[in-house]
Amino acid sequence: MSEATYREAIRQALIDAMQADPAVVLIGEEVGLYGGAYGVTRGLIEMFGAERVIDAPISEPAIVGTAIGAAMTGLRPVAELMYVDFAGMAMDQIANQAAKSRYMFGGQIGVPMVLRMQGGTGRSAAAQHSQSLEAWMLHTPGLRLVMPATVNDAYHLLRYALTEPDPVIFIEHKGLYTLKGAFDPARPDGDWGLPLVRRAGRDLTIIAYSRMLHEALAAAETLADGGIEAEVIDLRCLNPMDEGPLVGSLRRTGRAMVVTEAVTTGSVASEIAARLSELCFDWLEEPVLRLGGEDIPIPVSPALERGSIPSAALIHDVGRWLVTREAPEWAA
Amino acid sequence: MTAITPPANTALLARYRMMRRIRSFEERVGELFLKGQSAGSMLHLSIGEEAVVGLADAMALGDSFTTHHRGHGVFLARGADPKRMMAEIAGKEEGYCRGKGGSMHIADRALGHLGANAIVGGGIPHVVGAGLSSRNRGGGAIAVAFFGDGAMSQGILYETMNMAVLWRLPVIFCCINNQYGMGTRVDRSAGHRDFPARARAFGLNAARADGADVEAVAEAAQGLVTDARGGAPGFLEIDAYRFYGHARMDKSPYRTPEEEAEGRSRDPLANARARLLAGGLAEVEELDRIDAAAGVEMDAALAHAIAAPAPGLPTMFEDVFAPGTPAPRPQAERLAAILSEGRRA
Repeated sequence: MSEATYREAIRQALIDAMQADPAVVLIGEEVGLYGGAYGVTRGLIEMFGAERVIDAPISEPAIVGTAIGAAMTGLRPVAELMYVDFAGMAMDQIANQAAKSRYMFGGQIGVPMVLRMQGGTGRSAAAQHSQSLEAWMLHTPGLRLVMPATVNDAYHLLRYALTEPDPVIFIEHKGLYTLKGAFDPARPDGDWGLPLVRRAGRDLTIIAYSRMLHEALAAAETLADGGIEAEVIDLRCLNPMDEGPLVGSLRRTGRAMVVTEAVTTGSVASEIAARLSELCFDWLEEPVLRLGGEDIPIPVSPALERGSIPSAALIHDVGRWLVTREAPEWAA
Repeated sequence: MTAITPPANTALLARYRMMRRIRSFEERVGELFLKGQSAGSMLHLSIGEEAVVGLADAMALGDSFTTHHRGHGVFLARGADPKRMMAEIAGKEEGYCRGKGGSMHIADRALGHLGANAIVGGGIPHVVGAGLSSRNRGGGAIAVAFFGDGAMSQGILYETMNMAVLWRLPVIFCCINNQYGMGTRVDRSAGHRDFPARARAFGLNAARADGADVEAVAEAAQGLVTDARGGAPGFLEIDAYRFYGHARMDKSPYRTPEEEAEGRSRDPLANARARLLAGGLAEVEELDRIDAAAGVEMDAALAHAIAAPAPGLPTMFEDVFAPGTPAPRPQAERLAAILSEGRRA
């Protein structure tokens, strides 16, 4: 057990996977000489050579499409789109090609690739470099979808993704690369597809993923100061996802809030809230709440950007409201 | 990896036989639809485009390829079993793709067919990936993307041509120009119609061959394939004519009977037959026997497809993900979890 950053953990996962399997190749914009827009692949081209760490032209559809063809024919590519926002350019290859090949071809041709992207707010990168587009992926059968929140998960979920027989969308958060945390390359936090209770509590279930986990954990601490014990669950994988831990928790607490950084309408949080409302109807004390980003493009002003997505303070206030039915000042 | 080149007379006769089989197959696909036995009406016949056999012949076992929505002919030319093809087009379990892909998504890993694609240009980058595999893993295989003139307007074609040249990949881009993207003739979609010139501008070896002459296609293909195996990617335009409408429901109101007659006179099958006879390379009886045998073979494929059983309903949940990994949950199970176990007693 040691400490590492989220960036170092992802980099180490790539190094270990490439050393273990010569079929693993990286392909993307600036992954080689530049070392990755956020420094994740720094030094890898020197370690593994330009045939395995492939700097691609700015051609997102072809980057993903090339990775698909390589995956169909024996390589295990890790394609990288610099920002999840650029998935819009490549969405045909992601949703119509990678996701559907195994099915359309009757199980003959799988696409064992990982598509790394990073998303989220926090750097005033504005409307085309700050989005959280995981709902697009979750809505597409045939894709696995992973959004690690912790350093150890960043390593282990990526290593696991590189053993999956199907395409894995691996979305990092630009605000987490410098996060420090416990790192044990020999011990995963938990199984693939299994949400984990990151903090136990009896009064309220807060479900989050990616960077919002950390906001939720901070909120849980301040809620505890006020006598409310929140259970915080980290989804980790959005597909596959075992609903069991969520249902078990909510049937104990009777109250739940699902937190996302994405725009709320049509979000992953909406889907989780719907499932929990269906599965826990008789146990609910309150409606299952969604707490997400405002339904707006991400604005560039730091104040507006911060104000448009949930924070620890907001999660605290809404959690308290949900448990006590006393509206916070800002809602009065 | 090198394809064995048979003597010219044998080669042309073999190509005639393959082109006849393709045409007979496509005619039976039309019958399948008319009998109401096809899975839908999204059936795009490649009649008139059979000279693609010239490029398919230049490929070797171990090479891979992708096709577009009008790819029956290419697949047959690369060795497909017409029974399994027809069964797939009819949406049957024993089809190549268990009745999940159909005419527009047929594939066969064993023959290197990485998939037919119904998104114009969608399968083109996959051959660049296959070329990358070949480069990194060795073995000398090439990968060929077959697509129509419609894909000449898709950006991904140019992105991938650039990558193929940049990375010196063993790849060939083959545009089967049948003059029509659905109802739009190529002179209404292409501002500059010299397609090989576009490819040359990206640094590819490029050629155009007469789609009415399978030998011309074969000759052009041979050089491109040899160069591609050496890491110099190529582009081949096969200049053909789509004899029938876009799909089975299309009566081609956007073109004149005169144009169609002229186009259909550019018939690679009739031309090959005439050349075989004129050159004394085959007797009429021999060619008639080939024609009859193709008819019998494809009749059998048609009857087989019609008789084959439909897939069982539970198979719809298979193949979304690999076996042994979490599969999609059937709706009935989900509802039972909510409305039965999911309520307090």
